[in-house]
Amino acid sequence: MTLRLEQVTLTHGDGDEQVHALDDVGLEVQPGELVAIVGPSGSGKSSLLAVSGALQTPNAGQVEVDGVDVIRASKAERARLRRERIGFVFQADNLVASLTVLEQVLLPRYLQGHRPGQDRDAAHRLLEEVGLAHRATHRPHQLSGGERQRVGIARALMNDPALLLVDEPTSALDHRRGLEIVGLLARETAAHRVATIMVTHDHSMLEHADRTLAMEDGHLTRAH
Amino acid sequence: MFLALRELRFAKGRFSLVGLVIALVATLMVLLSGLATGLVDDGIAGLRALPATHLAFDEDADVSFPSSIVERDTWESLAEAPGVEEAAPLGNTLFNARTDQDVPVDLALFGVEPDSFLAPEPQDGAPLGAEADGVVIAEAIADQGVEIGDRLSIEVVGLDLTVAGIAPTGTFGHVPVAYAPLDVWQQAAFGHSPDAADRASTIALRLDDGADVAGLDAGHGTETVTRSESFHASPGYTEETQTMQMIQAALYLISAVLVGAFFVVWTVQRRQEIGVLKALGATDRLLLREALGQSAILIAASAAAGLAVGSLLGSLVGDQVPFSLQLGPVLSSMGLLVLFGLVGAAFAIRRITAVDPLIALGGSR
Repeated sequence: MTLRLEQVTLTHGDGDEQVHALDDVGLEVQPGELVAIVGPSGSGKSSLLAVSGALQTPNAGQVEVDGVDVIRASKAERARLRRERIGFVFQADNLVASLTVLEQVLLPRYLQGHRPGQDRDAAHRLLEEVGLAHRATHRPHQLSGGERQRVGIARALMNDPALLLVDEPTSALDHRRGLEIVGLLARETAAHRVATIMVTHDHSMLEHADRTLAMEDGHLTRAH
Repeated sequence: MFLALRELRFAKGRFSLVGLVIALVATLMVLLSGLATGLVDDGIAGLRALPATHLAFDEDADVSFPSSIVERDTWESLAEAPGVEEAAPLGNTLFNARTDQDVPVDLALFGVEPDSFLAPEPQDGAPLGAEADGVVIAEAIADQGVEIGDRLSIEVVGLDLTVAGIAPTGTFGHVPVAYAPLDVWQQAAFGHSPDAADRASTIALRLDDGADVAGLDAGHGTETVTRSESFHASPGYTEETQTMQMIQAALYLISAVLVGAFFVVWTVQRRQEIGVLKALGATDRLLLREALGQSAILIAASAAAGLAVGSLLGSLVGDQVPFSLQLGPVLSSMGLLVLFGLVGAAFAIRRITAVDPLIALGGSR
């Protein structure tokens, strides 16, 4: 099991103002599985990603990523976990403005201490997989929204992650391009045997998911 | 420096602008350094040219040339004292003189005994003592059209001098030095007072390395300082150096604040990107190293450009302005400029550590 959440509770604020972002959430995701989580904004979807991605520590419960107990891990160990075992695809415009497409994809390896340029071949292969080999020397401001998300996916896969966390990948795209991106995510999930969680508020983007769950007021339930 | 260099290239407009301002500060710094060295040198070059290691002042004079008067007994006794190779009286007074053509000439009149070790060796003309009222003048006076054989009159004391020779005697208190025989100087300084012949301003000394300076002072009622310490006794020297140092300190501060302010804005602008990098597992250490390296490149390159422009401008400065670029002071002021800039940058860059990687996730914004 790549990701295991057990009885995870995350609260914001205190006293009467206390809000349960996550309320007794349990979730398991296997390698090669694409799990979609739908829900309105504020339902706790992002908190689920933050906790799964070792960005935020829950108030209670168990979080295990690729065999690592995230709750017990230090700040440095969590950064290392993100660097080496987790891939993130954020919402639009989360590329580094000064880097070319190829350099974006090389970035995770640089953060691991590799010399830039050492992993060019692997980066080129990933760009071919996402259909952007011809854009390798372009910068983010020269790309369309869909192309940016493809770069984000290639970047997230560069460190051979066990867990891929995808935050609203279609929010800046029209329907057709959105579906293309989700289709790409499904293919890459299978090809790289990575456990993928995709968070979205768009119910029309679920056809490629192996499993769909719904998030509402911090509760995770089967989708209806 | 993977990120730092690419950012420099990507945002070259913004970096060039702040770089330009740093370069202008550096240019100003170079010009100021040249002016400081030149100006200070203009105040004390005549002292530096003295073949003495130390100068002895009257102990009550507070190491000041105008207030110090020493007596013949003192210099004669000092000349015989242990550790003293040479001791000779030195008179030192600023005068306004006029040439035959009625052109006013300022001079720092140095009175020395013509047979002492202080007597200048003229490049042109006759040495001191060849004529009773003959003086050896600095080249700067000759440049004003004064020639050998001309008369210089010091009207205020009613004394006429004859230009006997020309030598590189330097300046004192921004005024060219003219050497006169001690008795001529005594007459100029003290008139016909009966004690005049036994007086000088200070005593120039050549001391052995291990000489007991405190012992000499105690025995003779003098206060002996090294030649370079005596620069402070030169009129305006301390004030000039302090003014220059204050302006330089202000420029260092400006450099620190300027670079700091730029990197505060730059870091705040990149907050989202820094959050993304941290979410991808970038450590604070790596991000700080990148940012500090980036500021170091920016500041060093700008300072180098400013140094080049400043040196070029400095070489165009004419003889009218005392300007002298010395490698040591220029490089140390550039070094401090870069250092202060880095301190400013470091303060700004610190806030990288406060960025929460959570901001990379859209929903939690």
